[in-house]
Amino acid sequence: MLENIYTELIAEHSQSRENRRQLEHATISERGHNPSCGDEITLELEISDGVIRDAAFSGDGCAISQASTDMMIDLLRGKTIDEAKRLAELFIDMIHGDITDDDELAELDEAAALKNISTMPARVKCATLAWHTFNQCVTRNP
Amino acid sequence: MNKNFLEDFPILRTQMNSHPLAYLDNSATTQKPESVVRSICGYYGGCNANPHRGVYELSQKSTKVYEDTRRKVAKFINAKSAREIIFTKNATESLNLVAYSYGLSNLEPGDEILITIAEHHSNLVPWQIVARAKGAKLNYVYLTADGNLSQADIDAKLTPRTKILAVTQISNVLGLVNDVKTLAAKAHEVGAVIVVDGSQSVPHIPVDVQNLDADFLAFSGHKMLSPMGIGVLYGKQKILDAMPPFLTGGDMIEYVTEQETTFAELPQKFEAGTQNVGGAAGLSAAIDYLQNVGFDEISRIESDLTTLAISELKKIPYVELYGCDAPNKVGIVTFNIRDVHPHDVATILDAQGVAIRAGHHCAQPLMKFLGVNATCRASFYFYNTRRDVEQLIDAVKTVRGVMHLA
Repeated sequence: MLENIYTELIAEHSQSRENRRQLEHATISERGHNPSCGDEITLELEISDGVIRDAAFSGDGCAISQASTDMMIDLLRGKTIDEAKRLAELFIDMIHGDITDDDELAELDEAAALKNISTMPARVKCATLAWHTFNQCVTRNP
Repeated sequence: MNKNFLEDFPILRTQMNSHPLAYLDNSATTQKPESVVRSICGYYGGCNANPHRGVYELSQKSTKVYEDTRRKVAKFINAKSAREIIFTKNATESLNLVAYSYGLSNLEPGDEILITIAEHHSNLVPWQIVARAKGAKLNYVYLTADGNLSQADIDAKLTPRTKILAVTQISNVLGLVNDVKTLAAKAHEVGAVIVVDGSQSVPHIPVDVQNLDADFLAFSGHKMLSPMGIGVLYGKQKILDAMPPFLTGGDMIEYVTEQETTFAELPQKFEAGTQNVGGAAGLSAAIDYLQNVGFDEISRIESDLTTLAISELKKIPYVELYGCDAPNKVGIVTFNIRDVHPHDVATILDAQGVAIRAGHHCAQPLMKFLGVNATCRASFYFYNTRRDVEQLIDAVKTVRGVMHLA
């Protein structure tokens, strides 16, 4: 079970520094927080003409929340907001176990590697933190 | 050789993720022996009726279960009278009762409340709220390097302006025992009352409220073998008598007219609505069980397990321990594994049958003070065994490998 969760890919993303920075021209910044466990991130987006030009984050949390945030940023960078919202919804559906078909999940790219979290109810919030924070970014700043 | 307590606790003989369960989250809640479960079933199976109200025999039986437990609790913590024992749902409700009833009616603008940085949120948030409501100031006692309360801080901050000193007897994160008796004497010297959070102490060490001279003591049943939903507030009768009710409604009144109500005497004044008599039946059996084991034996076992866990964890170079060098330590070992978040540690231990707590332990200001976001916590009770500790240590040693850090 553990080796399906703590894969090398997840370890790499959880330790990666590439997306851990501050954006010079952020247009939106939003804090995400799981009060019950203390995972905390600040997500920054630079959006122009409806496209996510760049994204970055800072924060502290478990490997799953940090890897998930890193993967989300890789996936959403360059996407239109509508496309990004659709992908965020797909990811959250995957984690809640509502969508299990690998073909359907393929467009999540590396983030699809978190699929097995759907079998670990205690860690669902860790995996979805960044994606819920992204949704807050785009609903609070339409 | 320890008595095999596992015989009395069926849940401790079960497996978790195909491994024998090593239940090391006793500071969060303890398991329940069969005698407690039987007592609850016995109450609902043979004595259930609304207490205090019916004139029929069954209601009398229910009342007797409830009031006998109150007397047993009074004796257990050496209260002068059973009237000083108020049943609540847990320590949190007990502390809220003191904050809202005593705090709101006794604090004036400019008064001060002194608590410690090691308090659980339940002995912190209510004081923030009443301090703000009354224009009082909330001050903190900080810790020295070994995790104990700074005596210099206490002496500097406990002043005639201090009206309430609220302190835990044992920290739920560091497991360090505070000298409540001395603190009570110091609080009384400046005219303050002392509110003691006994959530982590009453289940583990003998607590004598008269010897401590505590004005209030709060604790939860579920951390001492009882069901969830029954807790206790002890208060000195003179103080409780002068306090206004907290929750109001049925069973706590004397006379009610359209516009006015007079209230019942202690303890009913603070027990509005139908009470948790089944919980009291469980608490009664739990106290019997604990007294049968005896606090000397409980301390001996917990101290053995704590010492073993600390000495084994100290041998692992990438483990950092918190508050583990002070001698006044009871049953709680808090640690981190370098470069691994506590939640990942807890998941990896869970897969090997070891249940620990990871996170901020409802003590965020303490976490900030210690300079960490979260920690792992293993907490013992007398029914734990050296094998549980060995299982913990073996699992801890796998963590960095699973995280590809080895």
